[in-house]
Amino acid sequence: MEQNRRIRFIQGNEAIAEGAIAAGARFYAGYPITPSSEVAEVSSVRLPQVGGLYVQMEDEIGSIAAIIGASVAGKKSYTATSGPGFSLMQENLGVAVMAEVPCVIIDVQRSGPSTGLATKPAQGDVMQSRWGTHGDHGIIVISPSSVQDCYDLTIQAFNLSEKYRTPVIFLADEIVGHMREKAVLWEPSPDQIINRKKPTCDPKDYKPFKPDEDGIAPLAAYGSEYVFRVSGSTHDETGFANSKPDNADRFIRHYTDKIEKNKKDIVILRRFNLEDAEYAIVTFGCSTRSALEAMKIARNMGKKVGVLQLVTLWPFADDGVRELCRKVKGVVVPEMNLGQVIREVKRVNENNIPIVGVNKVNSEAITPFEILAGIEEVER
Amino acid sequence: MSNMKFDDYLVKNKFPLFWCGGCGNGNVLGAIVRAFEELQLDRKNTVVVTGIGCWGKADDYINTNAFHGTHGRALAFATGIKLANPELKVLVLMGDGDGATIGGNHLIHAARRNVDLTAIVVNNLNYGMTGGQYSGTTPEASYTSTSPYGHIEQGFDLCKLVEGAGAPYVARGSVYNIVQLQKLIVEALNKKGFSFVEAIAPCPTHFGRRNGMKTGPKMLNWIKENSVNIKQAEKLSPEEREKKFVLGKFVDRDKEDYSTKYEKIFAIAENAE
Amino acid sequence: MNRVIVNTDWCKRCGICVEFCPVEVFTQEVDGTPVPEHLEKCTGCRMCVLRCPDFAVEVEVDKDGTK
Repeated sequence: MEQNRRIRFIQGNEAIAEGAIAAGARFYAGYPITPSSEVAEVSSVRLPQVGGLYVQMEDEIGSIAAIIGASVAGKKSYTATSGPGFSLMQENLGVAVMAEVPCVIIDVQRSGPSTGLATKPAQGDVMQSRWGTHGDHGIIVISPSSVQDCYDLTIQAFNLSEKYRTPVIFLADEIVGHMREKAVLWEPSPDQIINRKKPTCDPKDYKPFKPDEDGIAPLAAYGSEYVFRVSGSTHDETGFANSKPDNADRFIRHYTDKIEKNKKDIVILRRFNLEDAEYAIVTFGCSTRSALEAMKIARNMGKKVGVLQLVTLWPFADDGVRELCRKVKGVVVPEMNLGQVIREVKRVNENNIPIVGVNKVNSEAITPFEILAGIEEVER
Repeated sequence: MSNMKFDDYLVKNKFPLFWCGGCGNGNVLGAIVRAFEELQLDRKNTVVVTGIGCWGKADDYINTNAFHGTHGRALAFATGIKLANPELKVLVLMGDGDGATIGGNHLIHAARRNVDLTAIVVNNLNYGMTGGQYSGTTPEASYTSTSPYGHIEQGFDLCKLVEGAGAPYVARGSVYNIVQLQKLIVEALNKKGFSFVEAIAPCPTHFGRRNGMKTGPKMLNWIKENSVNIKQAEKLSPEEREKKFVLGKFVDRDKEDYSTKYEKIFAIAENAE
Repeated sequence: MNRVIVNTDWCKRCGICVEFCPVEVFTQEVDGTPVPEHLEKCTGCRMCVLRCPDFAVEVEVDKDGTK
């Protein structure tokens, strides 16, 4: 099919906003914070041009609340923030999990804790994106490594959010968000866009939390023929509060299962030169760029090094990483934090191969040579 | 649409109500559903948004669309709902702790932004759900479970606060003056733009018990005795007035609401392309 | 005569209907349950219906107006 394409030289943040609109998002609520603000600014220009709404809320707590409300009223919605704002969003992120509301939360990571090295890059929100809101739940977290990713994967984030009726976190970082590169803004065809399942039953029979056979319940919109309720409190299939232990057990397991049991569909991995690799770099986000460069240099030096890029950070690619650890002699995990993804890699490292972290929290990107040093360390 | 009776708007199989004996929440719930009947609101087009707290349970009993969110954030959820579909009638039910203390920031900004919502804050002067601690509206010198030696903070005058934030409709009623309260709610629901009704209500279990009024009738009498209308309040000194619940309609003005203004943005943005 | 019905399943014995009835229609049982004992006094003002926080009081006004 001939697709409408625009080739642009833009920032990652701009590509995220364009990707959201291409995915069909028509509602943005947010609070300004560097290094994510361009997502808001571009959205404020672009959304009204396509009949969408931009509203700037009084804080990040209100911002995520507004996008959840807008989503239940029928609009695909998103917000963008960075560490401090992402921290403020955690409680209501739980509402989106509990009430099973599709929405996309973009976290352009910066240095922390607290205000940190405002507003220098970091990759320190990996675990927060997984476990930041209280209580057990599953979550989808996608991490881009290029401006093209920012566009393509934002569309993917909305698709997964709609398909699984879940919040999706788009875990970018300052480097990717502010980097300028060529990006192809392709117009998705209708079959490349997933919209949430709508109920088809008699309105009086509709239960907003009764899963179909695929495990996902259809979601009506306020103002339609379906009168329904959603709740951030533990509820039953009808949406009414229900404090019975068996009900709580069933739903809390459901929030995890609907993500974890669909890993095969959700998880995206990118493999580079892994066929013959003796050593592997497991990477994500901005660090992928240095990892690929390190691989190239190592290969030139005659070392069989490959890269596994975790495009999907959560649910964690247990199978893919486990298989890798079975194949190679050692793994290097570069991350701009003190070791968050490496914990997961070690968790699935059944053969106990050497795994070395290359960690940097001084706001400077990890260089290819630092990763090469890591490879030398696992070789020993 | 068939003629809706007030109890068609109630979820009666969830009765008896969850609240304590003498609690005023049921009265405000009654005033709301009677207002619904008076206006013959379409259930499909109505969304009740609640926060957390005793009054946050109210949506369990209302047979319209509902959104039960987090403590203090009901207005922010409601803002998203209303802006995404301006055809909806959106009511936001909050308590004084929920809507005016932890949620105070959303309250002033929703009023300033003039989103077409109707906010009903049941003010029972303390946090009932958590055991009667002081809230942002607890009167100075009263006793709560966390002001055992007397409260040293001044309580908010919520109507003045919301008026200052620019809301086009602001009123205060009490569950004692229940007929007036229902009338104010009807007016608020009819108002285009952000409308705000504060309902003074008894919490005999906590606030009442710690302040010498441990029964519903005693608290209701106290509210009655300490209430004045706007005309009566004008004759009082500022110090005297501060100690009274001034009941009535403070603001009723026409102001273009957010969604109406946004329609113009669509036109400008289209031409800017 | 008007009929006053108290739903004792919903009533929480708070005593508000008893206290605020302008013509003292109600008496109370030992456990606080309101009893509409003096129906002959009822004017059908329905304030007990509106003031009951628990939707537990209903008044059927005798349309013939016979007390």
